[in-house]
Amino acid sequence: MDTVAADGLLAWSWLLIALPLAGAAVLLLGGRRTDRWGHLLGTGTVVTAFVLGLLCTLQLADAGGRPVSVELWTFIETGSLDVPVGLLFDPLSAVFVLLITGVGALIHIYSIGYMAHDPRRRRFFAYLNLFVAAMLLLVLGDNFVVLYVGWEGVGLASYLLIAFWHERPAAATAAKKAFIMNRVGDVGLALAIFLMFAQLGTVTYDGVFGSVGALAGGTVTAIGLLLLLGACGKSGQFPLQAWLPDAMEGPTPVSALIHAATMVTAGVYLIARSAPIYDETPTARAVVLAVGAITLLIGAIVGCAQDDIKKVLAYSTVSQIGYMFLAVGLGPAGYVAGLAHLLTHGFFKAGLFLGAGSVMHAMNDAVDMRRFGGLASRMRITFVTFGLGYLALIGFPFLSGFYTKDAIIEAAFDRGDGWGYVLGGVAILAAGLTAFYMTRLMLMTFFGRPRWDEGVHPHESPSVMTAPMVLLALGSVLAGYLLVVAFPLEEWLVPVFGRPEAAEHVVAPLVVSALVTVVMLLGVASAWMFVGRREVPVTAPARVSPVVLAARRALYADTVNESLFMRPGQWLTRALVFLDNRGVDGAVNGLAAALGGSSSRLGRTQTGFVRSYALGMLGGAVVVAGALLAVTAG
Amino acid sequence: MNDVVIGTGEAVVFWILGPLALAGALGMVLSRNAVHSALWLINTMLALGVFYVVQEAPFLGAVQIIVYTGAIMILFLFVLMLVGRDTSDSVVETLRGQRVAAILLGIGFAGLVGAGIARATRDLPVAGLDAVQGGDTSNIEAIAQLLFTRYLLAFEVTSALLITAAVGAMVLAHIEREPGTRRTQKELSRARFLTDRPQTLPGPGVHARANSVAAPALLPDGRPAEDSFATGIDPQEVDQMPRPTGRAQLGSPDAALGTLDPAPLDGGRQP
Amino acid sequence: MTLTHYLVLAAILFTIGAVGVLVRRNAIVVFMCIELMLNSVNLTLVTFARAGGTLDGQVMAFFVMVVAAAEVVVGLAIIMSIYRTRRSASVDDANLLKY
Repeated sequence: MDTVAADGLLAWSWLLIALPLAGAAVLLLGGRRTDRWGHLLGTGTVVTAFVLGLLCTLQLADAGGRPVSVELWTFIETGSLDVPVGLLFDPLSAVFVLLITGVGALIHIYSIGYMAHDPRRRRFFAYLNLFVAAMLLLVLGDNFVVLYVGWEGVGLASYLLIAFWHERPAAATAAKKAFIMNRVGDVGLALAIFLMFAQLGTVTYDGVFGSVGALAGGTVTAIGLLLLLGACGKSGQFPLQAWLPDAMEGPTPVSALIHAATMVTAGVYLIARSAPIYDETPTARAVVLAVGAITLLIGAIVGCAQDDIKKVLAYSTVSQIGYMFLAVGLGPAGYVAGLAHLLTHGFFKAGLFLGAGSVMHAMNDAVDMRRFGGLASRMRITFVTFGLGYLALIGFPFLSGFYTKDAIIEAAFDRGDGWGYVLGGVAILAAGLTAFYMTRLMLMTFFGRPRWDEGVHPHESPSVMTAPMVLLALGSVLAGYLLVVAFPLEEWLVPVFGRPEAAEHVVAPLVVSALVTVVMLLGVASAWMFVGRREVPVTAPARVSPVVLAARRALYADTVNESLFMRPGQWLTRALVFLDNRGVDGAVNGLAAALGGSSSRLGRTQTGFVRSYALGMLGGAVVVAGALLAVTAG
Repeated sequence: MNDVVIGTGEAVVFWILGPLALAGALGMVLSRNAVHSALWLINTMLALGVFYVVQEAPFLGAVQIIVYTGAIMILFLFVLMLVGRDTSDSVVETLRGQRVAAILLGIGFAGLVGAGIARATRDLPVAGLDAVQGGDTSNIEAIAQLLFTRYLLAFEVTSALLITAAVGAMVLAHIEREPGTRRTQKELSRARFLTDRPQTLPGPGVHARANSVAAPALLPDGRPAEDSFATGIDPQEVDQMPRPTGRAQLGSPDAALGTLDPAPLDGGRQP
Repeated sequence: MTLTHYLVLAAILFTIGAVGVLVRRNAIVVFMCIELMLNSVNLTLVTFARAGGTLDGQVMAFFVMVVAAAEVVVGLAIIMSIYRTRRSASVDDANLLKY
């Protein structure tokens, strides 16, 4: 990757990070004084950042997409390790900047309405700004350490925002769970960075990618797997997927921005950015594939049995990111497809979450779909935008999901070997399941007889909320066409991934598209059969098949985690505490007690009677005299 | 090379004064009264002074008798008179085993040191001091020569020590009193005339049949006068001396008052 | 009759003084016992001066006397001030400095 120094507007690209960061600082440090206009400032910084990002991208496009580096300052300077802080603005960063600031700006606007009645709205916007700043630092950094700083920053912002309503125990617990499971992944990322430094002596993208080919295969595989562990933690992939659905305890705009559109895709960004590393290690790449495929199925299966509207969307996110992992695991053929799906997914999933938020807003913050129903006539804008997002997600022909998901499935088949068929089959099956659970969601929410609680009067949300939903719905419809046909992402990303050789299609694209569409229609139809035709029970039926029960329990992910890690960890901790109290402390305290006891007993000889002491002196004199006599006489 | 032969006269002196010195030492340790101890010690010190004179150290003998026995021991007696002269040591030993251990260790120490000295000095040659004193040079002159030449620094330092000791003793024994708290005689007499009783208090023993300071004065009816009690001393009952018979024949004023029994005193006789 | 007799006598006097320090409780008597010990040392010094044929022993005994005088003055002043505050001249009563 040869980069050029930044000039023009690109030299100011650090403002992209600085603006939201300054917004967060002002809002957090300003206190109550900023309550009245805090949300406007928070939104303004992100909108400004979006405009700036757009201008930067246009300049980059003018320059033919040559990566641009912005040197800022040196972070760490030691004998053998120099960590400069610099920004790398290349086509890959540019699409992420646009996604983060674009979707972020829309969600900020939406939040003005959604959080209007929350007394802590200013703090919410401060955290959102902090998140945007950290996320931009993550995607703009030109080395792994800066990426790590941003990585931890988004983790912190995610924690703060999940626990935004920390007075609710469920939210506090979910935040803790997200934080701890993210730490597991972060340890992997940190170890990968340590390994790079130990083996290569550098952590910059240029340095690492330039010399990774010289490393032993095992080391590269280790780095790849550790990076994958970090990516899994951040993106909610198997086996660290359990935190993401729980993270829905946060406010819905947070779910839309962080836990659907941007932060959880950081893992995909990491793996795509580290493409030169994975190019060297087919083993790690195969593991990425496996993780993607497994997660894809898990998310889709669990999504079918959930009754909480946000949980369904969360498992859908898990599943869709599984698609992206699958794509980037396929190697050069899949990067563009994965990233395109990432972008379109950012649009339609954010739109779906905002729609869900709008529904919850109307239903007094209820999330149980069994208590919805018949909302289509009451909330027309929400219904239409949500419906468009739904169609885009299930891959309805010529909407955005159709283009990008098909591309991934095609790339899977294009592997050409048996595994390619397996992966493609899995992806198609998951597409069917996606159609099933999303149709189920639509039917239970918007159609059928109203099953609302007493005193609920659904109404359409204010325009400050619906406007972003409309814009995102437009994006859901058009993004696929724009990214794949009109302005091919493939061309745009050539400076990053190079130009892939034209793949030989094992299965004709038309056949794949037809197959996917048929399976999708089958899913929709079976959802209609199971849900739409019958009355939806208000309480979930207790007598269900073991498969449904397992899906409801999220395939026992929490149970596995608890029995494999939590319980043994607690036992270990208890044993260590016992050992510390009785063993270490016991030895130390026992020694101290023994010394104290013996010294106080010895102290009893110090009676304070001067005659006793004099007696001792005389005794000593007798001994000395005797010794002298014995020596001279002897 | 026993240059100097110890004469018979010296031996006689030793065998007389040695036991006396020992007796004095033992008496000092064994007598219960501290004043007796001091007197016993004086006895020993006098004996030692004579020994010094006999051993060709007449200056030290004189100093021993004048300074030690005369000054220091008088200081001891002086302090004894100030401090608890009448409190004899109790015979009961409070520290368990102290007395037995002390005596055993003392016997052991004396035995070991005595044996060691006897063994080491059995054939000790006695040079005598004729070479350095006697003839033209007296003992005092010889000591003075040493003191003001070789031991000059030590001598001067000793003077500093003595000054320090004197100042230290003054500081320790001095009682600090706030200036102005001491009342003058004028103030005292003025204060007395402001009370109900400007005249002097009755002396103890006045009108009583004893002139002891512990006997209170008796009022005409035989009761003791409360204000004649000496402070710090428990009042003792007046001994009932037989009244003169002649007086009884004349008829006593007590009888006229209708009683012959002396009024009982508060607390009665101390057991 | 040799000089050894003087020395043994001094040793016995010293021991009596030491035992007196150990068994007597009146601080002034303890002090007297210490004086006795000093005196016995003086006797030793004078005796050895005679045996050695120089006067240094006598000068040393003189210094012992001077120091003893100073010590007695200060010591008795201390005893008096203790007596003033505690109304006691017993060495056993001053036993605060203990465990």
